[in-house]
This record gives sequence, C-alpha cells and structure tokens, in this order.
Amino acid sequence: MIRIEKLHKSYPIGKDSLHVLKGIDLHIKEGEFVSIMGSSGSGKSTLLNIVGLLDGHDEGDYYLNGQLIENLNEKKAAILRNKFLGFVFQSFNLISYKTALENVALPLYYKGMKRKERLQVAMDYLDKVGLKDWANHLPNELSGGQKQRVAIARALVTKPKVVLADEPTGALDSTTTDSVMELLKEINDEGMTVFVITHEEEVAAQTKRIVRLKDGVIISDTLTGN
Amino acid sequence: MKFLFDSDTWQEIYGSIRKNKGRTVITIIGVLWGIFLLVVLLGAARGMENNFKKIFGTFATNSVFVWTQSTDTPFKGYQKGRRFRLTFNDIEVLKKQYSNEIKLLAPRNQTSNLVVKDFKSGNFNVSGDYPVLDKIQKKNLIFGRFLNTNDILRKSKVCVIAEDIYIQLFDKNVDPIGQYIKINNINYKVVGVYKPSNNINFDGDAVYIPFTTFQIVYNRGNKIDWMMITANEGVDIEQMEQDILLSLKTLHKVHPDDKRAFGSVNLGKEIGKITGFLTGMQFLTWFVGIATLIAGVFAIGNILLITVKERTKEIGIRRALGATPKEIKQQIVLESVFLTTVAGMLGIIFGALVLFLMDVTLGQGPDATLINPTVNIPIILIAFVTLVVLGTLIGLIPAHMATVIKPIEALREE
Repeated sequence: MIRIEKLHKSYPIGKDSLHVLKGIDLHIKEGEFVSIMGSSGSGKSTLLNIVGLLDGHDEGDYYLNGQLIENLNEKKAAILRNKFLGFVFQSFNLISYKTALENVALPLYYKGMKRKERLQVAMDYLDKVGLKDWANHLPNELSGGQKQRVAIARALVTKPKVVLADEPTGALDSTTTDSVMELLKEINDEGMTVFVITHEEEVAAQTKRIVRLKDGVIISDTLTGN
Repeated sequence: MKFLFDSDTWQEIYGSIRKNKGRTVITIIGVLWGIFLLVVLLGAARGMENNFKKIFGTFATNSVFVWTQSTDTPFKGYQKGRRFRLTFNDIEVLKKQYSNEIKLLAPRNQTSNLVVKDFKSGNFNVSGDYPVLDKIQKKNLIFGRFLNTNDILRKSKVCVIAEDIYIQLFDKNVDPIGQYIKINNINYKVVGVYKPSNNINFDGDAVYIPFTTFQIVYNRGNKIDWMMITANEGVDIEQMEQDILLSLKTLHKVHPDDKRAFGSVNLGKEIGKITGFLTGMQFLTWFVGIATLIAGVFAIGNILLITVKERTKEIGIRRALGATPKEIKQQIVLESVFLTTVAGMLGIIFGALVLFLMDVTLGQGPDATLINPTVNIPIILIAFVTLVVLGTLIGLIPAHMATVIKPIEALREE
C-alpha cells in the first residue's frame, strides 16, 4: 500500500538546511496497523506529512497504492488525498462552525457527492463511532474524545486506503485514549490500513507493528504480539 | 459555472458568512456606503439639474436683452457720455434686417407707480408690453387672460396683475376680472391675474398694460426702454447679439468699439455658465461616488485577506480533506462576489429610499429645491456590474493567498 525507498527530506533553515529524513525505507502492506515511534525531532511528523501528501520529498521514491508520487501539483495531491487518505490530527482540526455531521460530510463534498446522500453516509459513520446522538452539535459542545471520534469518522467517510493519525491521543486523557485506540483497532480489523504516529509507548503497544525513528533513520521495525 | 448553482456551494458560503457576522457586516457597510453615496449624489445632482431646467423652463433660453446706457467714446461729432434711447425705428430695422434670425422681439417700457383699489394701495412696477411677451416668458395665468392684439390696437386701459398685487389690493374671494384699479389716477380694467414663477423673473410683481396705452399715458412717444429678442432654432445667439448691437450702433451713430453705449444680456450664455457648473458637479459626483465604491471594494479585499489569514487553519483542513486549490479559490471569490452583490443591492435600495425621502421633503411644491431626484437604471446597472467585477478581482487576491500556503503550514498554524 505504501512503499518508501531511500527517502530524504531537508528543510532550509536560513542559509543552512536541516536534514530531517536520512534515507527511510519502509513498506506498509494493506491492512497493517503501524505505529511510528520517536521523540520530537526524530522526523516522524515529517514522514507522516510526506506519506499524507501534505509535503513533498527531496530524494527517493514513494509509491502510494502502487502509484509513484512525483511532480505532484496541489490539485493532483488534493485529489489523491481525498481518494486514498484519511487524516486524524492531534488537535482534531474540526471546523468550528460546522456541526459534527457537517464536519464528517465535508470530504464527501469535495468528492462531489450530493448533499442528501453525503449527510446519509456521514450519519452512518457517526453512528459507527457512537456519536449519532451528537450529530447536530458543534465541536465546542463535544468532549475531546468525542471530537476525535468525529475526526476519525471524517477520516473514514471517503473509504480511504490508509488512515493517517498524527498523535491521535496526544490531547486526550488515558480513558479516552483507550477508547480512541479501541476504535482504531476496530477499523483495522475491518481491513483498513492504519498509520499512527505517537510518542506514547502504551499507544504504540496497541498497534501491530512499531517502527522506531531516531534522527531521521529507522532504528527498529518490530511486530508486536497483537 | 456549475458550482454557482450548486446548493452546497452556497451552503458553504452561508456557513462561513454566518460564522463571521462582524466582518460580514463591516464589509457590507463599506460597499453599501459607496454605492449608496453614488446613487444619492447622482440623484441629488439630477434633482438640481431638473430644478435649473424648471427655472429656465418658462423662459426662452435663447434670449438676448438689449438696453441703452451712455456712450464712452466720442463719435461723429458727438461727445462721449451722450445718452440716447432705443426707438421704434430700431425695432423695425432689426426685424427687417434679421428676419431670418429673430424669432420674437418684444419692446418694453417700464416704470413704477402707485396702484390703488378702493382704500388699498401699493407701489408696483408697471410695464407696457406686447402680447408677444407671453411667448418669451410664459405667464402662468390663474384668472382671465394676458394682453392681446386688440388691447394694443385699441390702446385699451386694461391690465394683467400679479397674484401678490391681487392679494394685496383685493378682498378675499373676490373675482378680480372686470374690476377696476387705479394707476396714476387712471382706471384700468383687470383682465387677468398671473402667478409669477419663482424662477427667473425680471419684472417682479408687475402690472402689465398694453404697450400702446403705456406710450400715451406716460408720454413715451416712440422711445422704448429695452427689448427682449429670441432667436430661431439653430441660430448662433452670440453672433446674433454681436450683429444686432453693431446695427444698433450704426443706427444711433455710436462708435463701433463703444463698450458702454449698449447693455446686453445673453441668457443662453448665462445659462451656459450654470450648465457648466452642473456638468462640473456631475463630474464631481461621479468621481466621489466611484472613488468611494473602489474604497469599499478594497475594504472587502482587505477584510477577506484578513479572514483568509484567520482561516488559514480551516483552509488547511479543507485541503487535507481533499479540496483542490481551485475549489478553495472559487469559494473565496464567490464569497467576495456575494458580499459585494448583497452590499450593492442594499446600497441601491437605501439610496433609492433616501432619494424618495428627498423627493417627498424637498422635491414637492413650488419652492422645490430638488425636483424628481432620480438615477438612470442603466447607470445603476453599470455601477453594479463594475462593483461585482471589482469584487471578483479583489477576491482573487485573498483567494490566491489562501492557496499559496502549503496545507502542511496551514495546519501547523494555531
């Protein structure tokens, strides 16, 4: 599903450049539940951004769903993101003036789905994350865990190939963390590829494969017992 | 174009507008004010123009008035400072010589006299006139008729009086027609009462008596005080004025370059000055209106730009969810166009409302200062279309700004 070969990425900082990713080789198959571990500055967010087509890479090859990603303009990237990827962010990133239902339906809007159909599908996904009764609430009327569930529903609603979660539990307490991870596990059990970035051992422990990054290189890649 | 008619597009715009009520209102006011000013200023200018038109309306605007003063140059044995009078002979000569140019010519004699009716009296202008005066300066008669040719031929002692004289000398609700008033101890029968226009009025509240009667009563012989001349259509009135003055100078043995001997007023020229002023005012109106409009549109652009900065994160989210740059741009531009359109419409409505109020308060009655203050619909449409086009163009700036930021940077924004 995701194949990365000898990936390099540097960021210019003034006259110098910061070499963040120093030759990453990573292959994630369909249906995997992978977590990327690493302390801050290890390059894990950069990796996620590149995988998520939010940022470009300098060297190496990146295949998403068998397609080589190169010379990507914003339009193509947007379409690929909409088609293949679902995002879950640490800070939820819900649109504050839209209800939970509308937030979930938004990716479908950009997919070009009719409103009625869209809200129907969105409602199904909200139901799936257990928030059907909260459909017409604005994000600020929801708890952190509920917000993240809405965000997960939003990530799933387009039936993406991969769900990318950037510190999905970073803003949550341990109880809600568990429930969110439970939800991600369920999604994975249904066959979805889930790609989680975290620095929490407990979170990583609940995934099926842990890739550890340090200073821009992969230092270990192990399967957990799950 | 399809996205324009998509209810989802509007749903999105409604959402973002509803969220930012404050800036929406401020933006709308900016543009609203611009088009409002344009409508009101244009309407007021039109009202003023109409007012001027009405003032000149009762008067033939291609008129020249000529009278005599005293010479300032010695000529043919005459000393300078000689006084002389226009005569009936001049009229005959002018009428013959300028038969193609002159349309109407009214010789006039005027004086001021005590006018008495029973126990009431007052001092008024008395004017000896021909019926042709009514054609040069339309008399708005409220009772009876104006002087006619029979009065002239019979040298009748009849008069036409101003409404004010009627009010001062007659009791209320008395029919003045057929009543007699005394001017200089001579009885005149009132045949008409006119209402002086509050516009150009050279005679004030006057008593008009037949020219021939005036000649005899005031012993004027063939002398006349002054004359009013109107030109035929298409005649260069200034040239005619020059030519007539030269002819008169020859007739009266006045040096051709004498500046003082004849006084003349060319009404066309005077009106031209006012028309020029009106044109200047209209230009100013357009300038102010359009400048305000542009300022308003820039306000929209500015506020949208701020909004885009505020909404960087939201735009980043949308792009992460699969919005293409084009979709983001469309939404922002459409928002801009929508705001300008709504503001423009409101501006036009408020402007029209103010013009309506102007019409009700200032545009009614004889003393109206702004008559029928209106704006042409094509002008409004052009202004409106310009506004929307400018709104689109200005919306492109924030729209571009929204898409040059990489989504990753937009998402990082807190």
